[in-house]
Amino acid sequence: MSRLLRFLPLLVLAAFVAAVAWRLGKPAEEEIRSQLVGQPVPAFALAPALPGRAALASSDLASGQPRMINVFASWCVPCIAEAPLLMELKRQGVTIDAVAVRDRPEDIAAFLARHGDPFDRIGSDPESRLQLALGSSGVPESFIVDGRGIIRYQHMGPIEPDDLPAIMREWEAAR
Amino acid sequence: MIAEAGLAALWLAAALSALQLALAFGLGGEQGRSLPTIRSVALAQGLLTLLAFGALIAVFLNSDMSVLLVAENSHSEKPWLYKFAGAWGNHEGSMLLWVAVLALSGAVVALFEHRLDERTLGATLGAQAALALGFFAFLLFASNPFERLDPAPLDGRGLNPLLQDPGLAFHPPTLYLGYVGLSVAFSLAVGGLVRGNFGPAIARAMRPWVLAAWVLLTLGITAGSYWAYYELGWGGWWFWDPVENASLMPWLAATALLHSVNVLAARGGLRAWTMMLALIAFSMSMVGTFLVRSGILTSVHSFAVDPTRGTFILALLAIYIGGALTLFAFRIAHVKEGSPFEVVSREGGLVANNLILSVILGVVFVGTLYPLLAEALSGEKLSVGPPYFDSVASPMALVLAVLMMIAPQLKWRRDAAPILPRVAPGLLVAVAVLIASVILAPNIGMLPRFGLAIGAGLLPASLLPLFGRSLKRTPLAIWGMAIAHLGVAVAILGMASDSAFTEERLAAARPGETISIGPWLVEFRNVMPVAGPNWTALEAELRASKGSGALVLNPQSRFFPSPPTTTNEAAIDTSWNGQLYAVLGERDEQGRWQLRLWWKPFVTLIWLGGILIALGGALALVGRMVRERRQRIRGEEAFL
Amino acid sequence: MKVKPKHQRLVLVVLAAAAMIGAVLLAMWGLQDRAAYFVTPSDIAAGKAAPDKAMRLGGMVEKGSLKRDPDGVTVRFTVSDGKSETPVVFRGITPDLFKEGSGVVAEGRLDPNGLFVADNILAKHDERYMPPQMANEVAAR
Repeated sequence: MSRLLRFLPLLVLAAFVAAVAWRLGKPAEEEIRSQLVGQPVPAFALAPALPGRAALASSDLASGQPRMINVFASWCVPCIAEAPLLMELKRQGVTIDAVAVRDRPEDIAAFLARHGDPFDRIGSDPESRLQLALGSSGVPESFIVDGRGIIRYQHMGPIEPDDLPAIMREWEAAR
Repeated sequence: MIAEAGLAALWLAAALSALQLALAFGLGGEQGRSLPTIRSVALAQGLLTLLAFGALIAVFLNSDMSVLLVAENSHSEKPWLYKFAGAWGNHEGSMLLWVAVLALSGAVVALFEHRLDERTLGATLGAQAALALGFFAFLLFASNPFERLDPAPLDGRGLNPLLQDPGLAFHPPTLYLGYVGLSVAFSLAVGGLVRGNFGPAIARAMRPWVLAAWVLLTLGITAGSYWAYYELGWGGWWFWDPVENASLMPWLAATALLHSVNVLAARGGLRAWTMMLALIAFSMSMVGTFLVRSGILTSVHSFAVDPTRGTFILALLAIYIGGALTLFAFRIAHVKEGSPFEVVSREGGLVANNLILSVILGVVFVGTLYPLLAEALSGEKLSVGPPYFDSVASPMALVLAVLMMIAPQLKWRRDAAPILPRVAPGLLVAVAVLIASVILAPNIGMLPRFGLAIGAGLLPASLLPLFGRSLKRTPLAIWGMAIAHLGVAVAILGMASDSAFTEERLAAARPGETISIGPWLVEFRNVMPVAGPNWTALEAELRASKGSGALVLNPQSRFFPSPPTTTNEAAIDTSWNGQLYAVLGERDEQGRWQLRLWWKPFVTLIWLGGILIALGGALALVGRMVRERRQRIRGEEAFL
Repeated sequence: MKVKPKHQRLVLVVLAAAAMIGAVLLAMWGLQDRAAYFVTPSDIAAGKAAPDKAMRLGGMVEKGSLKRDPDGVTVRFTVSDGKSETPVVFRGITPDLFKEGSGVVAEGRLDPNGLFVADNILAKHDERYMPPQMANEVAAR
């Protein structure tokens, strides 16, 4: 009996490791896709995020041309990494509007001055209302909206160089 | 530059730990001859990791935003104390701190441990190097704290405002020092198992580390409990949250080890059991760190989930604990029987202490991991909280407290004299308080009632071992035991009083209104905006009066702009007989403010007890070290 | 009572084993009716949640459902998982990230009328936070 008992702690450890490994292998926080893909953009009207810039409202989106909405914030580090790629998308002809989440005008101005300003319109979303309405779970996120105001594509997290072809494909498809 | 220097130091230290492991395995030649080399390698390794940690603090203090970790966790406008503490207020930094302490304690063992024979010491240092090597690899491959960010951002993301608090700045390092102190006990046990050395020498070498680790864990848990109490604004002091349990489990194991190591050091008994506990204590530290760092169990102290890191730590944990337990299983048959003792004896009491602590550890462990297990087996999602822990762990803790009234009065080996007269004072007080509580406070729950009675009985009982001794001649270790046990009594009284007598008021009030709670009349005066270094707040003015005295409480609702977050800062007034605790909530449409007030009689005893327990441990540590030093000097004189 | 030295180790080993078995039995007894299961409004609608048992309810706070009682400290809202809805009542100060349209985990009990009485409301101070159980539920659809 005491021989068997000597190995009991090892068995407990094995059970612990097995249970935990199982849990690790099955990540709990899977990405949550917005349920709005394929649906019209919810109605909204944001105040301009910067004095003198055009504000953003849902009526601006059903303009006959596709537009991209970038949900960002000046306090978000991945947004900095994403900035040059947004400039590249703009160069390739993508019209990008921005939603600044829980941000201040002076911070946004400093951010755009430093990392480039690819945006057409910038709306301010001080309480994350629009962000939540869009079904976005964090910053940055980007949506492609077609000319009739229907959300066609959602990109979660920062756009990376490898994502550009896929985004351009979606953009062409939304035309 | 500083960041690169830190990274280089880390790589060098990792290489040295590999070298130390190889030397200890005997690849460097004869064991005895390589020991001086191992010593200097361990010292260099400790200093290099210290240098790396210093480099991390430097980049945080300079707000070098080109370092990813700084950009993500700091902000140039942050007060310098939080820049400093920000260095370890995140995953990578805290792991670097962990490794730095591990390597430094390895160096201390290498330099100052003279009680052990060379072979056992060599094996111990090998085990310590193996531990360090794994954590170096984890840092360098899975969580490099010095990673650069290009282009550098204008400013950082700030620190979670919930974590911007002086208490929290020093809470994790205290716990980490405790965890890592247990790593030395682990290495010593492994060294002993490898060499077949289970004698009192191992226990004497282990004891100061266990005591020091236990003191730090006690302080860390006490501070963490107080932090949660005033920062979370829920009025509770322990939530049985997985992160809290992660620090409680090593403490329980260390408490058991602390008692059994004394039996081994003094009487040569409980050999296998002590080795096992030394392995379990550090295993629990690793399990705790793993549970917190992998984010596998959700908790209010949230840390991000990262499967890669989780897998890495899990692999380390499986290798180290699995390896040590396998070694234990195969070597333990060679342990010689310790000196015998009877059931009613000090040893018997300590065995009972160890068994009860093990049961508590077991139920906390099962309760903490049960959600994981249930989901793995049946797919059901559930959480285990205070109802479970309170009903299974707390009664066991009270049984342990009753044992504490008796066991310190017993003699070593055998105790034939009647016991009752020696334990009567404590038991009489306990019974008297029990009867008084039934008459005076018939409506309180069973657990707080017994808590009050047993806590009150333990107050005199804990001091009895000092009774009848010359207080000047009493060894510090005995003083330490008495004070630590007194601390347990004080803490139990605080916990029982809090759960038995706390009053709570929740109200929506307009300025000018008055709320009565406990002995207090609280007048809600007004709400004013105030500003701090990196936050703005709405601050309420509450005037609390009872009898003649009056005081002002200023609970705040704080807003931090980067990242935008709101927190509630509770206002707490401490008087000799309790705390008045106030939280300010939101304003409703009719201009009323939500106010939540608590009157908590004698709640401060909980943390006072914690401090006494730690103080007792510290006295015992100092007493043991002074005594051993004196003996060594005497021994050297005799040799001359 | 006297134990022969020869048997002392065996006695200790048996005691240790008994303590561990005791701990496991005690834990299983305690867990039987004290573990709080995670439920969604759909589970409640399907009758999978027994009333008066501790549980955690997860979902989104329905837009336009948040109301405050005249006492100023009781809030009522509806939690939805997109398929079903559960009314919730909570007395106390809500966490700051608690808003209409945001994710929430409420701890409490279901009363016999199907109203969820929350003792505690959890919200995380994390930008990307989503209760993991909730994430599974959403992803499963």
